[in-house]
Amino acid sequence: MRREPGPTPISVNGRSGGLPIVARGVSFVRGGTTILASVDLTITRGGRTVILGPNGSGKSTLLRILHGLIGPTEGSVTWNGASRRPAEQAMVFQRPVLLRRSAEANLRYALTLAGINGGDADRRIFEALIDVGLAEVARRSARVLSGGEQQRLALARAWALDPEVLFLDEPTASLDPAATRAVEQIVARIHARGTTIVMTTHNLAQAKRLADDIVFLYGGRIAERQAAERFFRSPQSTEAVVYLEGERL
Amino acid sequence: MQTISDSVALALRLIAAFDAKLVDIVELSLGVSLIATTLAACIGLPLGAAVAVARFPGRGVVIASLNALMGLPPVVVGLFVYLMLSRAGPLGGFGILFTPKAMVIAQTILIVPILAALSRQIVEDAWSEYREQLTSLGAKTLESAMTLLWDTRYSLATVLLAGFGRAIAEVGAVMIVGGNIDGVTRVMTTTIALETSKGDLPLALGLGFVLIALVMLLNFAAHATRAWSHTHFG
Repeated sequence: MRREPGPTPISVNGRSGGLPIVARGVSFVRGGTTILASVDLTITRGGRTVILGPNGSGKSTLLRILHGLIGPTEGSVTWNGASRRPAEQAMVFQRPVLLRRSAEANLRYALTLAGINGGDADRRIFEALIDVGLAEVARRSARVLSGGEQQRLALARAWALDPEVLFLDEPTASLDPAATRAVEQIVARIHARGTTIVMTTHNLAQAKRLADDIVFLYGGRIAERQAAERFFRSPQSTEAVVYLEGERL
Repeated sequence: MQTISDSVALALRLIAAFDAKLVDIVELSLGVSLIATTLAACIGLPLGAAVAVARFPGRGVVIASLNALMGLPPVVVGLFVYLMLSRAGPLGGFGILFTPKAMVIAQTILIVPILAALSRQIVEDAWSEYREQLTSLGAKTLESAMTLLWDTRYSLATVLLAGFGRAIAEVGAVMIVGGNIDGVTRVMTTTIALETSKGDLPLALGLGFVLIALVMLLNFAAHATRAWSHTHFG
C-alpha cells in the first residue's frame, strides 16, 4: 500500500490512534470478479456505522479492508494518516473463532498478544467476562460453549482489548433471537464506553436498532451513505428504495 | 519340525512367563522408537506448522516433497545413515554405527517426513479457520504456528502415534545400521526376521504377537484421545 498524503496523525488519550479511517478509490478483485469498485469512505470517531446491503454486495470484504486484514487491489486505506493498520482495533466474526482452551485463557491469549499482562490483564479478563455474563463459565473450554455464549466470549475478548474501533461482521447471523439481543446489548455497551463501531448486517431491524449511520452497498459500490434515521425514512438511491421495499414484502 | 500350533503355544508361554530375552528385545524396541519419535516430533511438528502457515516461493515443492518422503523406503534410509556413520563417512568419528543410537537416528529420519506432512495438513486446516482471527489479534507468523500446534494437540497426538507405529514396525533401516547384534541392537522386527529364517518360530511368533498388540493398542489410544478431546474441548 502506498502512503497517501493526509491529515497529520494526532494523539488521543496518549495513544496514537487509528481514526479517522479513510478509504480512497478502493477496489477489490478476486478471480476476475469485481467485489468492490472504487469505494470512498471515511469512518470518524464515535459513531456506529452499519454497512448494509444484499448478499454478495461486498460488505464483508469492505469490512476486512477497513480493518486491514486484506489489502485493496486498487486504491488505499489510511488509519489516521498511516498506511499500517493500528493495533487498537478488534474484530468479531460471524462465526466466532475460539482457541481450544478455557474461556478465560482465550481472553488472556489476546491480551498477551497485545502486550497486556499481569494484574492489568487479570482485571480486564474479569471485567469483560462479567460484562458479557460469562463469569461462571470462565474455566470451561471455550469450544464447548453454546453458539450464543461463544459469540459473547468473542465480544468479551474484543472488549478486554479496549479497542478504539470494533469491527463486527454479521455477528448475529447464526444466532437465535435471545442470543442476538444479548449481542446487540453488549455492542451498545461497548459503544457507550467510547468505542467506534463498524458492522455489517443484512438484518434491517438490527440496522435500525444499532446504526447511527448507514453505508448501503450494492454490487460492490456505495449506493448511498446516510444518517440511519433518514435512510430508513426516505432513502435517496433507487437501489436502497428497492432493497427496503423488498425487505418489507 | 514343530507344528504351527506348537509354536503358537510356546510363543504364548514365552510372553506369559515374561521371558527375559523377549522382554529385553521389547524394551529395546520401545526405547529406540520412543526416543526417535520424540526427536522426530521436535523437528517434524514445528516444520509442519511452519510450512502450513508461511507463504514462500517453492512452498508447493516443499509440501510435495514432504508427502513423497512419507513413503521413504526404510532400507534406503538405513543405507544412507550407514554411509554417514560408517568409519569412512562424514560422521564416522562418533563411532555409533551398530549401536542403538544409530537406530534412533535412522528411525528419526524415517518418520520426520511423516510427522511433518501430517501435521502440516492438520495445522493448515486449522489455519484456514483461524487465520483472520489471529491476524486480527496481531499474531505474527511464528506465534500463529505455535498457537495452532497447541490448538490441534489432540489431532497431533494421533500423528505422533502413527509415527511411533511406523518406527517400531520398521525393519530394514534398523537392520542395516544396528547390525542385529544379539543383546545389543536386536529389536522385535529384526529378531522376527532372523529367528524365522533360523526356524525358531516360537520367539518370532511371540514377538510378532507383542508387536501386533502394541500397534493395536496405539490405534485404540489414538481413537480414544480424539473422542475424549472432542467431548471435552470441542
